[in-house]
Amino acid sequence: MILHTLLSYEFLRVVWWLLLGVLLIGFAVTDGFDLGTGMLLPFAGRNDLERRVIINSVGPIWEGNQVWLILGGGAIFAAWPQLYAVSFSGFYLAMFAILVALILRPVAFKFRSKRDDASWKARWDLALFIGGFVPSLIFGVAMGNVLQGVPFRFGPDMHIFYDGSFFGLLNPFALLCGLVSVAMLVMHGSAWLQLKTQGPVAQRARAYGSVAAVATVVLYALAGFMLWSFVDGYRVTSSLPPDGPSNPLLKTAEVHASAWFTNYAASPWLYVVPALGLGGALIALLGLRMRAEMLTLVSSGLSIAGIILSVGVSMFPFILPSSIDPRASLTVFDSSSSHLTLFIMLVVTVIFIPIIVAYTSWVYYVLRGKVDADAIREDRGHAY
Amino acid sequence: MDLDIVALSRLQFALTALYHFLFVPLTIGLAVIVAIMETVYVMTGRIIWRDMTKFWGVLFGINFAMGVATGIVMEFQFGMNWSYYSHYVGDVFGAPLAIEGLMAFFLEASFVGLFFFGWDKLSKVAHLIVTWLVAIGSNFSALWILIANGWMQNPVGAAFNPQTLRMEVTDFFAVLVNPVAQAKFVHTVSAGYTVAAIFVLGVSAWYVLKGRHLQLAKRSMTVAASFGLAASLSVVLLGDESGYLSTEHQKMKVAALEAMWKTEPAPAAFTAFGFPDQRTRETHFAVHIPMLLGLIGTRSLTTEIPGIDDLVHRAELNIRVGISAYDALQQIREAGSTGAVPESARNIFEQNGHALGYALLLKRYVDDPRKATPEQVAQAAQDTVPAVAELYWSFRIMVGLGMFFIVLTATFFVLSTRRKLDAYPWLLKVAVFAIPLPWLAAELGWIVAEVGRQPWVIEGVLPTAVAVSNLGATTLLITILGFVLIYTILIVIEMKLMLKAIRKGPKEQPVPAPSVYRAEADPELGALRSTPLSAD
Repeated sequence: MILHTLLSYEFLRVVWWLLLGVLLIGFAVTDGFDLGTGMLLPFAGRNDLERRVIINSVGPIWEGNQVWLILGGGAIFAAWPQLYAVSFSGFYLAMFAILVALILRPVAFKFRSKRDDASWKARWDLALFIGGFVPSLIFGVAMGNVLQGVPFRFGPDMHIFYDGSFFGLLNPFALLCGLVSVAMLVMHGSAWLQLKTQGPVAQRARAYGSVAAVATVVLYALAGFMLWSFVDGYRVTSSLPPDGPSNPLLKTAEVHASAWFTNYAASPWLYVVPALGLGGALIALLGLRMRAEMLTLVSSGLSIAGIILSVGVSMFPFILPSSIDPRASLTVFDSSSSHLTLFIMLVVTVIFIPIIVAYTSWVYYVLRGKVDADAIREDRGHAY
Repeated sequence: MDLDIVALSRLQFALTALYHFLFVPLTIGLAVIVAIMETVYVMTGRIIWRDMTKFWGVLFGINFAMGVATGIVMEFQFGMNWSYYSHYVGDVFGAPLAIEGLMAFFLEASFVGLFFFGWDKLSKVAHLIVTWLVAIGSNFSALWILIANGWMQNPVGAAFNPQTLRMEVTDFFAVLVNPVAQAKFVHTVSAGYTVAAIFVLGVSAWYVLKGRHLQLAKRSMTVAASFGLAASLSVVLLGDESGYLSTEHQKMKVAALEAMWKTEPAPAAFTAFGFPDQRTRETHFAVHIPMLLGLIGTRSLTTEIPGIDDLVHRAELNIRVGISAYDALQQIREAGSTGAVPESARNIFEQNGHALGYALLLKRYVDDPRKATPEQVAQAAQDTVPAVAELYWSFRIMVGLGMFFIVLTATFFVLSTRRKLDAYPWLLKVAVFAIPLPWLAAELGWIVAEVGRQPWVIEGVLPTAVAVSNLGATTLLITILGFVLIYTILIVIEMKLMLKAIRKGPKEQPVPAPSVYRAEADPELGALRSTPLSAD
């Protein structure tokens, strides 16, 4: 294999850093509205039929959307093995909570309407709510902890040691980030329900969605302010050759106040990214008021993309800073897979992502239009 | 305490993997069977085949949801519980998992929704294509996960990089065409087909016994018997033992499966029955069939199959080589920042680096393998023998069940060609009671493959004991209990819903139903709309 040297190691690493963002955004934007509708389920749907309408609005597609998360896990494993190893083992119990939520969700979709029993359905509705709320909150909390640095270090043979606890994750800044995540996904879920439902469900979705959009703007701005005033960033203090071996211990780094804003200071045009996060949410709010269904969904999706991307831009080249041993921090240039693996994975990704986007779009196209409450009432078709 | 963490981590992985594999084989097999049924429907236009597709599709759906739910756990667990493993081999092992997502999961998960919701939105042919895409997607996922698993058994195309302290890909093509992976793929997919075929056969036999849905049940039995016969022949004849002899430790696996303590002159005898005793290293009450093992295992009369004692001796030699590689690696690592690596150390590592993993076997007993006593080296070599009795019996029960599936499906195949499917009620009862057996065989298959690989997680490269995350025992107990609790509740609910759906039976000849979605007037979609269905 000599072919892979056509693309430099540095280039591949930056591309895979971008793809990491694409996968996270792909998950948050597609499965995000599934999680959001799950959280809205008990509130936007007041009787069984309304709730079934909500569930069926995502029924045929949530499974495909969730693959973004599975692919994200696999791609992090393949392209950023140390990020996968440190974060999944470090956030162990938080990951377990996410898993429980994600185990409940598929079965809740499938099992809920298989028995005509109010308490049975109520239990699965709760499962769908938990399945939406817990991952949304934890993903945000995790992001908040990553921004503050995570207490891990490496032994001499690269064994990973993690000195934190589950409750240590739940600090004020991280919880604030968790709320940002919940708010933006509720906003996105509302945008979806506005598009796919009608009548009282869509009406309530608009009301909750407006609150969520305002909350997204306020909480995100507050988190940005907190990050600026109270959260220290990290910076590399030695050379970090962009084509060097993937061994984090070969560099040095330190905690430095306001380091998370140096990229923005160096290239002010990057403020476009957080502006997209705020602006998208504001336009989504407008869209909900104006009942501009497509505009709302697209702009809330852009808002999510902006919010996620703004974290990445702020931390670059850091991916996962270590609070107890900054030198162990994972960066874009010392924690990736080998040159060859990144190349092969890029080739596979470049071939398959367009195919996936094409057939996913076709599926959405076939399923376009509002959910038909009459069909669900009469139990026609394979409605959940 | 360290050992407890390893044992608990293994327990959790085994529980969640065996549980996940209750659903996977049925998904793989039933997807294909349903696609075959729908193909017949589209080709003949007979409504009953559509009813069959829909009925088995409902059962497929219940099972599929469980497979999805438990599958995410598997992917996350490598990082959660096996963080050193993830660091050490992620460069190689992660790629097939990611490709599995790109090529397989997206395909099956995107189209499975349309399979259920698309009956009235798609033309017959378009829906059939959707169904096949689900089937192809689930089979592809088996391919990629078995390429990953095959690499754990036979780690080809990769080398240790002293700068990054991990294994890295050197030849991705070799990872793809790994003979162990290919053998495993054929074997595992055939096992999935067998599970599904006997499931369909057994459920249909129950309907015939009850005199319900006779038309549908008999047609289903015909499909299941012929599909199942081909699958069970394939699963037994193309067992993945053929790939085992390619590497040193897989030889150990074969020797352990056969409880072959000493090397015998070729061709070796097959021990049809016996009680292996790991401590005394002999098999009590052994019944030997001369020459058979040599013939199966090597397909020759002259190739020797090494016995356990010889392989332990070889492992001990490898450990000594591994210690020198470990020593050289430490010198390279310590010099790492200064850049002055002694030439001798580099040469030694070049020559002996392949045995580095053997030195890591000593980490159970001593932090620095270089300081190991001769007793510890001998003990570590003994550790390379997996649990012989468990393997011996798991393997025999699995193979015995495989033979039974051939007989069972062949019987019903013959009955079907003679149109006598309902002639022998006792045979129908056998088919009903056979439903759980393929699952037993499939789970035993994984026990053979993975227990047989111990003490390695990546054979010859990384011992299981050093691959775990540094988690607390309490933390692990919380998650193990959590999984057991949730999984138990879910399997009870799942079984109840399956049984309820089976008892309720298929909806035969329903009026074509409009969709859940309000169709819009859109002339462009005309081609996708379903055409009126012809009556049978």
